[in-house]
Amino acid sequence: MKYTQEHEWLRVEGDVVVVGITEHAATQLGDVVFVELPEPETMVASGDEVVVIESVKAASDILAPVDGEIVEVNDKLADNPGLVNEDPLGAGWFFKMKLDDLSVLDDFMDEDEYNELIG
Amino acid sequence: MTGGKGERVSDLLRLGLHDLHVELGGKMVPFAGYEMPVQYGLGVMKEHLHTRAAAGLFDVSHMGQVILRPKGTYEETARAFEALMPVDVLGLAEGRQRYGLFTNETGGILDDLMFANRGDHLFVVVNAACKVADVAHMVAHLSATTEVVAITDRALLALQGPKAEEALARLVPQVMAMRFMDVAVVDTLFGALWISRSGYTGEDGFEISVPDGGVEGLARALLAMDEVEAIGLGARDSLRLEAGLCLYGHDIDESTSPVEAGLTWAIQKARRAGGTRAGGFPGATRILHELAEGPERLRVGLRPEGRAPMREGVDLFAPDDTPIGRVTSGGFGPSVEAPVAMGYVARAHAEIGTPLQGEVRGKKLPLTVAAMPFNPTTYKR
Repeated sequence: MKYTQEHEWLRVEGDVVVVGITEHAATQLGDVVFVELPEPETMVASGDEVVVIESVKAASDILAPVDGEIVEVNDKLADNPGLVNEDPLGAGWFFKMKLDDLSVLDDFMDEDEYNELIG
Repeated sequence: MTGGKGERVSDLLRLGLHDLHVELGGKMVPFAGYEMPVQYGLGVMKEHLHTRAAAGLFDVSHMGQVILRPKGTYEETARAFEALMPVDVLGLAEGRQRYGLFTNETGGILDDLMFANRGDHLFVVVNAACKVADVAHMVAHLSATTEVVAITDRALLALQGPKAEEALARLVPQVMAMRFMDVAVVDTLFGALWISRSGYTGEDGFEISVPDGGVEGLARALLAMDEVEAIGLGARDSLRLEAGLCLYGHDIDESTSPVEAGLTWAIQKARRAGGTRAGGFPGATRILHELAEGPERLRVGLRPEGRAPMREGVDLFAPDDTPIGRVTSGGFGPSVEAPVAMGYVARAHAEIGTPLQGEVRGKKLPLTVAAMPFNPTTYKR
């Protein structure tokens, strides 16, 4: 598992990368009440705003961590956005991306480095 | 995820119960010049639902408490205070509280407040962000008749929800005899409590002014009860939004009149055209005109059709894309289980059931003008 400065986690499953937010981020956001996901088969660039999360408190953007293609989104979040709080590292995932080159993931933090970031 | 809006923590005032909030897991944020608990461990959603199901304890000590003590008679003070608001002050019975609004010369709202007739004086509670200006305003206009005393040695707690009476009555049995908007002064082991049966959640409940020396004991005694949980500002906002109550600085301000804001219920007959003390308050020309002719725009309830919340600042459009207004408060209503909002729309679009569009992130999404409150109120009248 890799982590971004924006509190996303990236998990490689075969040739795709699953993206979600960390437990720390979910706690900070508070109760998630709405998630707007991208259309599958969209090409995105690193830094693009691809997901909007609305918590009871505020709206936040989730950025594409890398260049690639969104191949699948977690439709369950439409009816049950609370999954992001209940199981941020599992059932609360947002989307899956296909990358040309998985080695770009090496630049991201590992768990120890991330835990250091959130102190 | 950045916090803070230019308020440095070092400049902020601390509540008397600061350490208790931290002990309870409160997440402290800057609000109106104070470090305030926005939520505790339960989180906004559960805190909101707990308040609607049982009882929530809120620390609202940041709000301004003011005594208006007559230099002459109570009536002279009440009359002078009445000249600042389109509200019937003289007609308020002893032991009762009423909602009021300071207006400016153009009919806008300087602040909204609660005032109570306590026999030989008035007790006023005003918004935290306005309290310095409000006290100056009252000193400027009331000093001939009245001593304006800003109370600085008392905290203010609110206990709200269907079990608030049961919980508070264990400590103060006298509250069982109170009904909505009654006030009472009760001597207790926490000091003299100034209690009103009112609040800002749409639920039955109480606001309790307590001497600084007694507030921790009172708060701990209430929190020790099974039905009581500490509730932060986040849930306070979603509760008042579902109850259709205005937040000063957002839903009402110096540019909005009480009539536009749909607060005509707060303007009693005595102050309206044909009333015994009609007019005679700042902005009377505009306000009486709007009462007679209707305002150009109105604050209305709004129900987005989808799940996406429409928050403050969302622009509103008619179905033909004509701009007709703006959202002033909005979010997710945990009890309604859907997004709810309020905002101002041109009068032609203010009818309940009118379809509108709200622009969220560049997309126009459907919403409908809806009746408020969104969640039924449960006041003990």
